Parts: sequence; C-alpha cells; structure tokens
Amino acid sequence: MAAESGKIDPMHQFLIEPLFGQNWAIAGHNVAFTNSALWMVVTLAAMLLFMVGGMKRELVPGRWQAAVESFTGFISGMMATNIGPEGKKFTPYVFSLFMFILIGNIMGMMPVGIVGVHPFTVTSHLTVTGVLAVISFAIVLVVGFWRHGFHFFSLFVPHGTPGYMVPLIFLIELFSFLIRPFSLGLRLFVAMTAGHILMKVLAGFVINGINAGALTVAIVSIPSFILMIGITLLELLVCAIQAYVFALLTSLYLNDAINLH
Amino acid sequence: MDAEAAKLIGAGLAAIGVGMAALGVGNVFGSFLESALRNPAAADGQQGRLFIGFAAAELLGLLAFVVAMILLFVA
Repeated sequence: MAAESGKIDPMHQFLIEPLFGQNWAIAGHNVAFTNSALWMVVTLAAMLLFMVGGMKRELVPGRWQAAVESFTGFISGMMATNIGPEGKKFTPYVFSLFMFILIGNIMGMMPVGIVGVHPFTVTSHLTVTGVLAVISFAIVLVVGFWRHGFHFFSLFVPHGTPGYMVPLIFLIELFSFLIRPFSLGLRLFVAMTAGHILMKVLAGFVINGINAGALTVAIVSIPSFILMIGITLLELLVCAIQAYVFALLTSLYLNDAINLH
Repeated sequence: MDAEAAKLIGAGLAAIGVGMAALGVGNVFGSFLESALRNPAAADGQQGRLFIGFAAAELLGLLAFVVAMILLFVA
C-alpha cells in the first residue's frame, strides 16, 4: 500500500491474494485458495450457523427460530406475491441467493480490521455477482423454454402490439431481456464497491488529518469520522437493500419465464 | 490537453450522472411516500414496485460511477 507517501489507496481492499495453494492448478488455471474464497467460506459458515440454530422445529419458536422464520417467511411471501403458487418450487434457490448476498455483504462490513484481519466483500467483484446473475438468468431461460417451448418468444411481443411495430418491439424487448444478467450483476457489484471506496476515502481523510496536526484533527478528522459512522449505517442499509433487490428481480424474471406476462 | 488530465476531467463529468441518479432515487421514494400518506392501507402492497423503481433508477447512477472508475483506474 502507498501509505508511506501519505496517500491511502482505496482500491487496495479489493485485491485478491492467494492465501495457500499457490501452485494448485486445474487445466493450467491457478486455483489457489484466495481471500475471496476464504470469505465465501466464512459467509457460508455464518449462514449455516444461523440456519441450523433456528431449524429446531419447535412448536413454540424461540427467538432464534423466530428470526430464521422471519427470513424464510419474507422470501416465500415475496415469491407468492410475485409469481403465485408456482413460485414455491423456486423459493429455496431465491432464499439461498438472498442469504448468501446478504451475509456476504454484511461480512464485508464487519469491523474485524481492529484485530488485524482484513475483511473482504465477496460481492464487490463482478466475477462473483456476475456468476450469481448468470445462474439466475440460466434458470429463467431453462424454465422458460422447458415450460413454453418456442412460445417463450411471445415474451418479447406484448399483447396488442400493432403488426407493423412487431419487429421493432421484438428487438427492443429482446435487448432488454438480454441485458438483464449484466444489470443484475453490475448493480450489486457497483453498489458494494462504491460504498467501500467511499468508506476508505473517508478513513483516509481521518488518518491524514491526524497525521497533519491538531488543527486538521479538529476541522477534518472529527467531522469525517462522524460522517463515517453515518455512512456505515447507510452501507448496512444498502447491504440489505441490494440483497433484497437481487432476490426481487430474480423472482420477477422467474415470473416472466413461468407466467409469460 | 494531457491525456491524464482528460481522464480526470472525464471522471469528474461522469460523476454528474451519479448526482442525476440521486434525483431519480429521491423522486421514486418521494412519490411513493406522497401517495402512501394519502392511502396508507395500499402502501404495503406496493413495496415491491417501490424497490423495482429504486433499482432501475439507481442502476443508471451506478453505471455513471463505473464509467468514472474505468476512467480513473483502467483506461
């Protein structure tokens, strides 16, 4: 890091570093265990802990079970309103997607830096969010063609389109359909990246202000630090909203594939 | 003009788009709140649509941010 020059590099936090297995390879590609993989495992472990702790199936739910049930009820309610009874089959997928993104986002915000561990947000990389978006899109395509065959293409021509407008509308709708995996993955990735860059830039203000003397501590560091507390709360909100938006849009796209408008 | 200077100016101009998206997101939530206060009973049923509108408005701002980041760090 360029800390010696007094300039804090806000992009350094997104660097993927191999932790062990530097010379593992599959078909010539390096598959070292990176910090990204480590934090995915941490996310998965936290999710497992949360779910297993609340799946005791007691008749009168305790606090933990009530927390888990509020999450599952939230997602199954969302599937029921957006897709209808057919959406029940896809609830497990959308629920795991939602929980993985939510916990992955929140894990990146964890203040483990004070014990010397660098938190890493797995969802701040387009490779991760892009793969999640492509999985969602692939499920939409498979379900759409499986259920409706080539009738699926009627999705691109809304009811009541005048005949001479059909080619143009078809192109526009096809384009907006094909852009979906990009917009889905990009939204989550950029929202997380932007938030973390903002946090690091503000943290840089605090540190450089402290280094520069007592006056800058008063006029730069302390206001920046107060702003950082607010931004941290906003980021936690964004973590939840982005996970929700990802799950919501996946359910809407599934609705298109299942019910064809 | 120096190419590096042009990149920095371009990134700054791209940041205008982020502010425009702020207007859009504010408009989405503002309109929702305005009509939710008129008919609070119907508000809860429209929350999904609220977040779809929010996501669509926000995406364009995020794209402007991506352009700025590409100009600063990639190009």
